[in-house]
Amino acid sequence: MPEMNLLEAIRQGLDEAMAADARVFIFGEDVGKRGGVFRVTEGLYDKYGPMRVIDSPLAESVIVGACIGAAMNDMLPIAEIQFADFIAPAFNQIVQEAARIHYRSNGDWEVPLVIRVPYGGGIHGALYHSQSVEAFFAHVPGLKVVTPSTPYDAKGLLKSAIEDPNPVLFLEHKKTYRLIKGFVPEEDYRVPIGPADIKRPGEDISVFAYGLMLHYCLEAAQTLAAEGVSVEVIDLRTLRPLDTETILASVRRTGKALIVHEDNLFGGFGGEVAAIIAEHAFEYLDGPVMRIGGPDVPAMPFAHSLEAAFMPSPASIAAAMRRLAAY
Amino acid sequence: MTVSINEVSASPGFGHDLPPHTLRDMLRYMMLARALDERMWVLNRAGKAPFVISCQGHEAAQVGAAFALSRGKDFILPYYRGLATVLVMGMTPTEVMLGLFARATDPSSGGRQMPAHYGCRRLKIVTQSSPVGTQIAHAAGIGLAEKIKGGDAVAWVSFGEGTTSQGDFHEALNLAAVHRLPVIFQCENNEYAISVHQRQQMAVASVADRGPAYGIPGISVDGTDVLAVYEVTRRAVERARRGDGPTLIEARVVRMTAHSSDDNDRTYRPPHEIALVRHQDPIVRFVAQLREHGILSEAEEREMRAEVAAIVNQATEEAERAPMPEPETLYDHVYAPPRQRR
Repeated sequence: MPEMNLLEAIRQGLDEAMAADARVFIFGEDVGKRGGVFRVTEGLYDKYGPMRVIDSPLAESVIVGACIGAAMNDMLPIAEIQFADFIAPAFNQIVQEAARIHYRSNGDWEVPLVIRVPYGGGIHGALYHSQSVEAFFAHVPGLKVVTPSTPYDAKGLLKSAIEDPNPVLFLEHKKTYRLIKGFVPEEDYRVPIGPADIKRPGEDISVFAYGLMLHYCLEAAQTLAAEGVSVEVIDLRTLRPLDTETILASVRRTGKALIVHEDNLFGGFGGEVAAIIAEHAFEYLDGPVMRIGGPDVPAMPFAHSLEAAFMPSPASIAAAMRRLAAY
Repeated sequence: MTVSINEVSASPGFGHDLPPHTLRDMLRYMMLARALDERMWVLNRAGKAPFVISCQGHEAAQVGAAFALSRGKDFILPYYRGLATVLVMGMTPTEVMLGLFARATDPSSGGRQMPAHYGCRRLKIVTQSSPVGTQIAHAAGIGLAEKIKGGDAVAWVSFGEGTTSQGDFHEALNLAAVHRLPVIFQCENNEYAISVHQRQQMAVASVADRGPAYGIPGISVDGTDVLAVYEVTRRAVERARRGDGPTLIEARVVRMTAHSSDDNDRTYRPPHEIALVRHQDPIVRFVAQLREHGILSEAEEREMRAEVAAIVNQATEEAERAPMPEPETLYDHVYAPPRQRR
């Protein structure tokens, strides 16, 4: 089983999906000859040609809007938004159109669309190349929101997303692209959209995360293990639909819950997870449901000192784990 | 690329060689749209329909264009004034009325959307929303898919002149032009976006002026002349199917009603203008043309009006009798079910 980084796993998933189904095409800024600014689509232009790996004009609304139209004309488009920070012009097309078309047509039309979105910080991207946007979109029924954190999951979830008859926002944390490596089987496989994954089983506290923060949580859990605290780390993998069963089953075992995300806290996705736990596992709780998130400032600054102050770290997560374990 | 703006007016040979029965069909659809539309207002004022938005004054622009398209093959993305368009493309009067009454069997949305948000996959009428201009991007994407697949269907999309201020108008025209996509952009310019006049919407005299800026033909046509619209659309369809790319058509029409049943256009439109619009009725005009050329007798016209009135009565009755959506269907179709892997 070859080892590869998360970016390579996504590229391989794209390649295999395009080889398997002529309806799959890629549409986004610089995805063609350049292979994308992160090189995710590198080599695909040469392999599949300019009619299947298409450089779009610099216009996010029509990147998504045209892909919606193509999806309604029997294609399986993969839109790439170059950075999550630039997705706002496409918000109308994603939320009012892609997410509502099946519902508003009473099931008549479908939008099988994948929107790949590199997101997240810690890469010196400053305010407009570091943002996390999942909370805006996870709020919207009709959309699926996927947040893989390992190469295996990324490739398997990507294939599921391409085959899904619904619009899927596929969020790729930029810092995990080359940082996170893992084994990816050579045979064809899928990771279903929906189920969370227990990445590290534990007894004392339950920690929920996704993307880069999942890895920081695993690192912190390792630290806590040395201190005699057994931490269960659950990778949510999919934010919508959300695997509430796995979340609640874990909390009912440990009695303690911590949710970690890089997005700022107020109105963030962690609030939804916390509410579900409070509502459905209240009598099992031995401590407050805790959350760690980015600070409530407009976005992540450029200067290293400020960026570091923004990002939750394995150390800050470990500190929260200790506080929670002490209850 | 230099593109000239063509002004298309009355053609030398009347009817563009369309056979008389086709010309009468065109008139019948225009009359049907008008009669249905007028009935909707009556139902609204009688308290039976909460909302109406009209196509009155746009019938020639829509019927002329739709007759140049291929039913069941070409994709149609009509905006909320597209009643005559969807009738020509195969939606029945009863289906239209089911939408007005928000009945469960409304083919557009099963009673979920406001009336006039048309859609029907079988007829390739693409589902529409209320934020204006989003459908223009979809039309470009349908054209893009068609080009990738090597097909020869076209996407025809309509919108008002106010919508040309939206970014999606620009983004979609630009994309379609860059890739020479088979898309026909029909702007139905009735000079008003609810209450705001075209003068406050754009500094150009004609929406068609914008075509050359994208490197595509921009054609302005009298949208109350059904045959003129038919002819420019026919040429645009040919051009699109040949692979020569999109066309922007401005059909200059009149808005013969308020914006919607919730609007009062007397608060912003001068009385003489409202009176004048009545004299620009595209149906009156077409009837006179057909009469003049001996294609429609007085008796035939009378018969046609009676036929249309009977259809509207029947459609209203059938739709009113149809059941409302069951409350428990509220949760249906949030997500499409998984499908078989090909």
